[in-house]
Amino acid sequence: MTIMISNGRLVDVAAGLDRVGHLHVDGGRVVAIDALPSGFVAERVIDASGLVVCPGLIDLSARLREPGFEYKATLESEMQAALAGGVTSLVCPPDTDPVLDEPGLVEMLKHRARSLDQAHLYPLGALTVGLKGEVLTEMAELAEAGCVGFSQANEALVDTQVMARAMQYARSFGFTVWLRPQDSFLARGGVAHSGPVSGRLGLSGVPVSAETVALHTIFELIRSNGCRIHLCRLSSAAGVELVRLAKREGLPVTADVAVHHLHLTDVDIGYFDTSCRVEPPFRSQRDREALGAALADGTIDAVCSDHTPVDDDAKLLPFGEAEPGVTGLELLLPLALSWAQRAGVPMATAIARMTTDAARIAGCEGGSLAVGSIADVCLFDPQAHWVVSPATLRSQGHHTPFAQRELQGRVRATLVGGRVAFG
Amino acid sequence: MRNPQLNDHGELQHLLSIEGLPRDIITHIMDTASSFLEVSDREVKKVPLLRGKSVFNLFFENSTRTRTTFEIAATRLSADVVNLDVRTSSTSKGESLLDTIDNLAAMHADMFVVRHAQSGAPYMIASHVGPDINVINAGDGRHAHPTQGLLDMYTIRHFKKDFSNLTVAVVGDILHSRVARSDIHALTSLGVPEVRAIGPLTLLPPGLEQMGVRVFTDMREGLKGVDVIMMLRLQNERMRGALLPSAQEFFKHYGLTAEKLALAKPDAIVMHPGPMNRGVEIESAVADGPQSDILKQVTSWIAVRMAVLGVLGGG
Repeated sequence: MTIMISNGRLVDVAAGLDRVGHLHVDGGRVVAIDALPSGFVAERVIDASGLVVCPGLIDLSARLREPGFEYKATLESEMQAALAGGVTSLVCPPDTDPVLDEPGLVEMLKHRARSLDQAHLYPLGALTVGLKGEVLTEMAELAEAGCVGFSQANEALVDTQVMARAMQYARSFGFTVWLRPQDSFLARGGVAHSGPVSGRLGLSGVPVSAETVALHTIFELIRSNGCRIHLCRLSSAAGVELVRLAKREGLPVTADVAVHHLHLTDVDIGYFDTSCRVEPPFRSQRDREALGAALADGTIDAVCSDHTPVDDDAKLLPFGEAEPGVTGLELLLPLALSWAQRAGVPMATAIARMTTDAARIAGCEGGSLAVGSIADVCLFDPQAHWVVSPATLRSQGHHTPFAQRELQGRVRATLVGGRVAFG
Repeated sequence: MRNPQLNDHGELQHLLSIEGLPRDIITHIMDTASSFLEVSDREVKKVPLLRGKSVFNLFFENSTRTRTTFEIAATRLSADVVNLDVRTSSTSKGESLLDTIDNLAAMHADMFVVRHAQSGAPYMIASHVGPDINVINAGDGRHAHPTQGLLDMYTIRHFKKDFSNLTVAVVGDILHSRVARSDIHALTSLGVPEVRAIGPLTLLPPGLEQMGVRVFTDMREGLKGVDVIMMLRLQNERMRGALLPSAQEFFKHYGLTAEKLALAKPDAIVMHPGPMNRGVEIESAVADGPQSDILKQVTSWIAVRMAVLGVLGGG
């Protein structure tokens, strides 16, 4: 199908675009910008006047809950949520049940996603069997099955020898290891940032040192083993500073932050609001500002939703017992836009952190509007105001600390591989 | 953010924490407790304030003294009291906390007295129940034990009359203590100019300074010139998890002895929420000494809980 997206504001740092123009799509690819290619007849014209046209978003962490947790969410529901949020590619952590530690499971998941024919799915394979931190998985096999990296999700990797060997082994094949920097001993039992709020509320704390100690360990192991590491979900100013130094030193690291960490702090827990129960925990205002500044200057490469649908039974519990996680696929774009606006960051930069930069980390297609790119495209109205109403979200996960908040920026259409998948 | 324990008119709807409680409400409860004190001395120990109302004691965590005093207090106010040891009933069968609450609310409960091992559990219950139900926090995790805090304030007022010139020291395991948090909030709300926390750093929570507390790791330093010493119970399990090396070492440095008590003002009073570990946080000579209020507090227990039930449920 040939599509012409006309008169939209084309925004793509990779292609050096930020101006009004026309985008022409044919055979699932971007074939031309502005000038009509010879012989091109648009079977469909989408009037994008007043809309921003950007690459489809690439979310570096979205839990779809399949297999194993279908009562929390399904591929169908979460793919719809993704498309409604302008997200065309999803990187999925391996903490499903069973864990994604066997090629067969990965193939099955990829097959399920293909048959739904919606957003692209890029699973992360488990770094260790069962995420238990003991035995390495068959990474090469898993990569052949479609894994784009290897991760422990939120599970601890306590044994530093296993971590070192996992890095060596991954490096042998050129794989990236995705690690969430958190020392499991220092974080043990913690449910909130260790600080005045947790002290006052009587909640067990996760100190900032849980992040910095883990980062020091990871960096030291990179120095001796050289593996490329993607650091997932930074949470603290001190952690950001260590990443900045590591990058300056030339260590092969990238990093991301969850979009809600750009907005909220531990104070938002208020009176034990379990929709603020997330991992890593919301920290202080200083930490929040440092995360935003690092995302703006590129120390943090990408922003993701860390989408984690949680069912009511697991969330309507006392704070310390509630399952961590919030719904995010449909909020990623507006939350990133409002962060950019508040921080005085150009919209194009915010978009790049969810597209071009994310594609570079995941090593996947997409993230660009340049001619020849896959036609994964997001069209959104940057002026549209809407109020987050959990009941009307497409995701099966309805828990979000942004409920009833007014956000700006709404997706009007999403193209995946040159096909209008939403809108 | 609206304080969930006050209704739209700023009146007390639930008693969940002393934090954020206006000073006049605290004073009103203490005054009401004074007026109830004489009820215990009557031949007929009852007033009809809560006649026809049902008070459900929901104890998700073990307690004898708190539950018993609430039960007696509710009975003296002529309420119907239902005691539920929830640990052994519904929740062990997998029923969720809110399902349990729904089922009990359907039995026309008017008040829930809740104890739970998780900080914040009574908040969840309070936000779930209808506007006709009052929730009283009888201790949640490490967070709050407001009726104990009110009782402690009642006791201090009894002995010291005025809060505005006091120095009060809270000693021991503050990290795990809901009583300590409630006491600290109550003391600062009532205008106590100096509240001190004394303990090893492993047992002090972060952010005490923001709560208006001066921190001391040296007990002798911290006790100098204080008017009130509030000792906390030290749980045996604190010896695990690398918080403390031994009960002996704790007692040596943070146990209250006659010699350390002498550093406080001569008329200082010693309080302990009980049950006491003699020889761990307090020596027997002090516990049983003339400055100790440990046993004398018991008579006030019921009056303060009657006051809380009465203020909430008596209209």
